[in-house]
Amino acid sequence: MLPPKFQDWFASRGWQPRAHQLALADHAARGESVLLVAPTGGGKTLAGFLPSLIDLAEKPKRARKSALHTLYISPLKALAVDVARNLQAPIAEMDLPVTVETRTGDTSAARRQRQRHTPPDILLTTPEQLSLLLAHPRAAQMFAGLSTVVLDELHALYNSKRGVQVQLALARLQSLAPGHRRVGLSATVKDPAPLQRFLMPQPMGQECLSRLVIAKGGAKPKIEISTSDSYVPWAGHLARHAMIDVMAAIQSAKTALVFVNTRSQAERTFQELWAINDANLPIALHHGSLAQEQRRKVEAAMAKGNLRAVVCTSTLDLGIDWGAVDKVICIGAPKGAARLVQRIGRANHRLDEPSLALLVPANRFEVLECNAARDAVLAGELDGERLKTGALDVLAQHVLGSACAAPFFADALFTEVRAASPYAHLTREDFDAVVDFVATGGYALRAYDRYARLRKTEDGRFRLAHPRLAQEYRLNAGVIVEDPMVEIRLQGKGRPAGAGGRKLGELEEYFIEQLAVGDTFIFSGDVLRFEGLRETGAYVTRARDPEAQIPSYNGGKFPLSTFLAQRVREMVSNPASWSSLPDPVQEWLKIQEWRSVIPKPGQLLIETFPRGNRHYLVCYPFEGRLAHQTLGMLLTRRLERGRHHPMGFVANEYALAVWGAKDMGGIDMDALFDQDMLGDDLDSWLAESNLYKRTFRNCAIIAGLIQRRFPGKEKSGRQVTFSSDLIYDVLREHEPDHVLLRATYQDAGTGLLDIARLGDMLARVKKRLVTRRLDRVSPLAVPALLEISREMVAGEVDEAILRDNEDALIRDAMRVD
Amino acid sequence: MNDLLIKVNGESVLLDACGAAFSPSYSTLMFADLHLEKGSSYARGRQFLPPYDSADTLRRMAQAIARHKPARVVALGDSFHDRDAADRLGVQERILLGELGRAAHFTWIAGNHDPHPPGWLNGEVAAELRLGGLLLRHEPACVPQAGEVAGHLHPCASVAKWGRSVRRRCFVSDGLRLILPSFGAYTGGLDVGDAAFTSLFAGSFHAYMLGTRRVYAMARRIAV
Repeated sequence: MLPPKFQDWFASRGWQPRAHQLALADHAARGESVLLVAPTGGGKTLAGFLPSLIDLAEKPKRARKSALHTLYISPLKALAVDVARNLQAPIAEMDLPVTVETRTGDTSAARRQRQRHTPPDILLTTPEQLSLLLAHPRAAQMFAGLSTVVLDELHALYNSKRGVQVQLALARLQSLAPGHRRVGLSATVKDPAPLQRFLMPQPMGQECLSRLVIAKGGAKPKIEISTSDSYVPWAGHLARHAMIDVMAAIQSAKTALVFVNTRSQAERTFQELWAINDANLPIALHHGSLAQEQRRKVEAAMAKGNLRAVVCTSTLDLGIDWGAVDKVICIGAPKGAARLVQRIGRANHRLDEPSLALLVPANRFEVLECNAARDAVLAGELDGERLKTGALDVLAQHVLGSACAAPFFADALFTEVRAASPYAHLTREDFDAVVDFVATGGYALRAYDRYARLRKTEDGRFRLAHPRLAQEYRLNAGVIVEDPMVEIRLQGKGRPAGAGGRKLGELEEYFIEQLAVGDTFIFSGDVLRFEGLRETGAYVTRARDPEAQIPSYNGGKFPLSTFLAQRVREMVSNPASWSSLPDPVQEWLKIQEWRSVIPKPGQLLIETFPRGNRHYLVCYPFEGRLAHQTLGMLLTRRLERGRHHPMGFVANEYALAVWGAKDMGGIDMDALFDQDMLGDDLDSWLAESNLYKRTFRNCAIIAGLIQRRFPGKEKSGRQVTFSSDLIYDVLREHEPDHVLLRATYQDAGTGLLDIARLGDMLARVKKRLVTRRLDRVSPLAVPALLEISREMVAGEVDEAILRDNEDALIRDAMRVD
Repeated sequence: MNDLLIKVNGESVLLDACGAAFSPSYSTLMFADLHLEKGSSYARGRQFLPPYDSADTLRRMAQAIARHKPARVVALGDSFHDRDAADRLGVQERILLGELGRAAHFTWIAGNHDPHPPGWLNGEVAAELRLGGLLLRHEPACVPQAGEVAGHLHPCASVAKWGRSVRRRCFVSDGLRLILPSFGAYTGGLDVGDAAFTSLFAGSFHAYMLGTRRVYAMARRIAV
């Protein structure tokens, strides 16, 4: 039962407290930590804060010390600000003596300092700001009276490096305020146990879970799939053929969110929509490369209800509620059921009405994926996530932060860290190696002892060697590592590159580096001509060229989920389920069945065939582009060693195609696809892999080997001060067991290379390979082969030649003779 | 190794894929910008790069010397990252350096990072060195200078193709003068498109990029 004041307030609003809101208040009364799993629109945030408001209302202001009562952590700054605003209503209407403040990167220095000495009752902040607060010498006083920590959007946080960072912060808070309890707020997840573990200090050698409250689900969403019975593209991700449908869906909605998977898709879709926007509907664009001010403008227009649609990427997966959104359109592959639920949930925040969604597959495989995802969502099944392990780099940052707050005993810090679930199995050796790394670099050759960052005090504690190090820590803290970015500056025609120029946004440095002067690309909704790279940025002019070279920057960040891949494989292997698919897709699969074979559940199909003067080997693991790329690297190494002369490979989300000069049909596939490729072959490939070097760079930056910023030089454009590739080469050559290389290896398992997933796949298909030697290309192979031609001829050959190639390929694949 | 033979001011010079240049006529092997002890220099600012850069650089020098068996080795300046760098060299590195000094006669050209290379090194210290039509010095002169062989600029070039780009250290030459890539393990690079290079050459010039086993002449001459 809620206190009368709160009951009255609910009644005055015409509301009934929901069951899960009451349940959370009960757990709070017993001092228990709890995870609330609820769909969007379930009054989740209020449920999280209600117990704190009740507690604060019952304790008269004067009886309390001025101390922080409740800490709220959101992965998004904008969300923290929005929640603070929303809390004002109940506080004002019930006249509660409660102060609420936010603390973000935008908070003024004066206010930050005041918050440390006189904190509000409720402070709303981000993981990064919390780590900075904890690294301050006043942290112990500031958090001593803490009663509650509320963690919002926990499903988006728990399995990332930021999640690990938060867990280390919670472990520290456990020492500073042993009595506090935690509330996790999460969207629906397949397995809540890791999130429950997240909320609890883990006792040595045991597992401890928080309480769990699952809110009643809302109305099932209505999901349509846009399909055409006459034409479904073979490859590509742009869904140009369906833009009229998308426009019609926008017109029939009050406000629509149009989700795509990459920034280049967002740019392209935005252009396509405007080309057919005869009604001149206000449609805007939102993605991570656009200038901050421009994104804020779009968000503000959205909040005011001035827009009919926003074309966006995952930047709007999370975020503040826009009441007006009543339809979500997802273009391209959904990638995962949970991701789709999250996106659909952005429409209609009323629990009892169904959210409306339209899925727009851009090619045949995506038709299968969209159907599988819709079935999963309607059946209430979600993807699980592989839990990330390791994070020795995040630990290194935490160790330095701990020293910034106060000198520490290694034994005590080790015990504290082990209570955080990602480190429940951390060995003392690894912990000591990390401390040694922070102190002097941790090299076997003890060259840097005299420059140590941490020194031992007489009583055996580690202390910071110099106060300047605390300043450096503050500038470099955080576990989000951006790719090096270059500012895009638009200048007038005919002016020399580098003169003037308005900032349009930022693009990855590696994308800019591969442009030649005169190349055109689409960015910020315009076709731009590259004029040159200068110290101050990349200079561009407006081009009137409709056929721009499309930027491929940051292509699909998220791979197809294991769960959804499984469902797509099942759908393919079960002809009875094909009847719900559009005609061209059914025909495609039927000819595949007739010409080659449809693999049975659990089998991996491998086809070989000649085409032109090349020979191909194509397999269909459906494990996502990252795992396929790693597989491609390893297979080509093995084929090379076996003198089969592979010449190249291409991977997409569903298939991997390798080509070479010789027929690969006679190869012993069981040996080729054996799991032992994850041994020496993997190791020798890693040494040269660019993705692995990028993983190392991230670890080196997070661990503090490379500093992003130096005091006094916070704003100098190119962030990183030293090339991580040079360090990687020397370290791998001279000290291959170094803690940072171990951290990189652990990361690679679940990160950019998806090695763990590849390992699972190889184990799954062992002895279940189905091979077919064909005399020509099979229907299933066409999408992968089209990607090869796209990759090879990009910007070099006329569109016409490409189209001709494509037609010939499809004709050969679908010919029934 | 496949070396590339080019003419600089009429003299033959072999470009080695490791980043060294060899003059067969004068049996002289040239290295630029070794930046020894750059790692420990950063360590003084408490940034702990792996302390193996000097050993790595010296080992690669030893390999190049064993390959070309020169009578003379010239280090084209900035051999030491800072003024105290030589004092910080470890025991192993000193031994390696001693062995190199016995394998060939060394000339240490002074650079801006090491205006006074230490006296205990084998060989001699010089501001510049003339070998027939070649003039070896650290910093290239601002005006065109026939026969000049220099370092200092750490040239790098990148080629883009098929949506990928490869960036490597490179030699730069217009047939009259030659800039060597930096040889030190921790030396980064400056793009040859930078004004620092374009202002050096009266006409166009070539970039010779370092591959794993050979040197690649960049197909397109860079117009100034």
